[in-house]
Amino acid sequence: MRRTAAPVRRGAGVTGAVWTVLAWLAGLLFFLPVVWMVLTGFKREVDAASNPPAWFFTPVLDGYRQVFDRDLMPYLLNSLMASVMSTLLVLLLATPAAYALSIRPVAKWRDVLFFFISTKMLPVVAALLPIYLLVQNLGMLDNVWTLVVLYTAMNLPLAVWMMRSFMLEVPTALIEAAAMDGASLLVTIRRILLPIVAPGLAATALICFIFSWNEFFLAVNLTATRAGTSPIFLVGFITSEGLFLARLCAAATIVSLPVVLAGWIAQKQLVRGLSMGAVK
Amino acid sequence: MTTTTTTDPDASPRPAVRPTRPDRKQRWARRAPLLPALVFAIVVTQLPFLFTLYLSTQSWNALRPGSQEFIGLANYATVLSDARLRAALVNTVVLTASSVIVSVLLGLGLAILLDRKFPGRGIVRTLLITPFLVMPMAAALLWKHAIYNPSYGLINGIVGGSTDWVSQYPMVAVVASLVWQWTPFMMLIILAGLQGQSLETLEAARVDGAGPWQTFTRITLPYLRPYLELGALLGAIYLVQTFDAVFTITQGGPGRATTNLPYEIYLTTFRKFEYGEAAAAGVVVVIGTIVVATFALRLLSSLFRMEDAR
Repeated sequence: MRRTAAPVRRGAGVTGAVWTVLAWLAGLLFFLPVVWMVLTGFKREVDAASNPPAWFFTPVLDGYRQVFDRDLMPYLLNSLMASVMSTLLVLLLATPAAYALSIRPVAKWRDVLFFFISTKMLPVVAALLPIYLLVQNLGMLDNVWTLVVLYTAMNLPLAVWMMRSFMLEVPTALIEAAAMDGASLLVTIRRILLPIVAPGLAATALICFIFSWNEFFLAVNLTATRAGTSPIFLVGFITSEGLFLARLCAAATIVSLPVVLAGWIAQKQLVRGLSMGAVK
Repeated sequence: MTTTTTTDPDASPRPAVRPTRPDRKQRWARRAPLLPALVFAIVVTQLPFLFTLYLSTQSWNALRPGSQEFIGLANYATVLSDARLRAALVNTVVLTASSVIVSVLLGLGLAILLDRKFPGRGIVRTLLITPFLVMPMAAALLWKHAIYNPSYGLINGIVGGSTDWVSQYPMVAVVASLVWQWTPFMMLIILAGLQGQSLETLEAARVDGAGPWQTFTRITLPYLRPYLELGALLGAIYLVQTFDAVFTITQGGPGRATTNLPYEIYLTTFRKFEYGEAAAAGVVVVIGTIVVATFALRLLSSLFRMEDAR
């Protein structure tokens, strides 16, 4: 693998073919567990637990049907609510903050930027207990809004960094020209800034959504049946009545689907967002 | 959670955008858009941590109501002399370091494979990033039950035999599932770096008679260094907090072979209800993370300078 370093961007001849095959094999290998998950979701429980594992079987929809029979919907809705609301809140807070850290920077913008990211670097487990006690005292255990607030805090630093890097790309000349023409700040923001950073806004939203949708640690400790999110549903599946592999895989497929689809569609933006805009 | 604002002292004092010296009113007008986010971040992340500091000085087991009292640093003594916690610390380091190192190396290899034009490159990239997008809890359950299961799991189905992967190789089992999830992330970052590399430099190296291996070690690797470091640090920040995989695949076991700090603190809080000890352990974790985070911030600082220089 290490000797592929040559600058052969256009694979030529036999060597090129070998690397192409290797790349395909690697891709398929990494994708195999996902295929297995989806396939197993379409098996009868008998086929799912067969020894050795069955590659060929008659597909059935029992697994998926049972997942919805077991009231997946409320959990999906909780996930949707927590993810969408926190994402909106993050964008509302992060966009003006990013503006104040890039276009018209405040005095200590560097320090502020580092403060934001430092909150992300410290383990959430260290703050879990006080958060738990506080939420308990406020009577907000097992409440979706608790998750909304915490997910907002969790994603805010990343969003500020991302939005800032997108705003840095707005040409200064454009903003100055607008000011010269007598456009007010709000008009400048709406007419010039927002259209340019809109793709960045979408990428930021996507990443906040992914992290909220997948979050488990806070959800498992702060919610129960009423506000439980999709990962909580998955865990409850196992402990309550033993293992039904096909059903489990069907459920895992359903709850993973929104993020997988979103990620497939927005691959390019993902890279930039995940590296916090530091790497382009 | 704590403020570690280690900006580089010798960084240029020049603000990246327009330098002006605004008056008081203007300064507040500039700060206004920033304040909601700043206040929110301070309230939701810093205050709980202060509360953790306070709790860490209390002897408080929630199963014995009214038992709460101030005991100074005794919890820290307990935590630091506790064999369970030391084991958890070692496990955290092993788990984080091995997952990060393996996924960076694999990510580098895959990025190099994908840095060429070949039929179906877009499809292969899509296949490769999918593990990162699968919900971590779904992934953990999938690995434990559908892949590692000794009698009907996928691995034994392919390689044969009836190895019980999770109980015989617990740490490897957890790390493998994390590597599967995080390699795509590393690949994406490194690929972004590779595609920014100028072809002229590579061409020049070839004209000067450098072989592929020389070009790679002398030119590409040094150029990729910040990308590799960034991937490793971001990976470390997330992986040090690994909870889903441990909670699901091994429950920290067998014994405490895979109990990492987040899982141990979770057990102390919600199974043993030793609030004081859990808080002290949390503070210790934070101190450990600050050390790592300082390196991360320094790296980001240097990326900033690259940004300024452009």
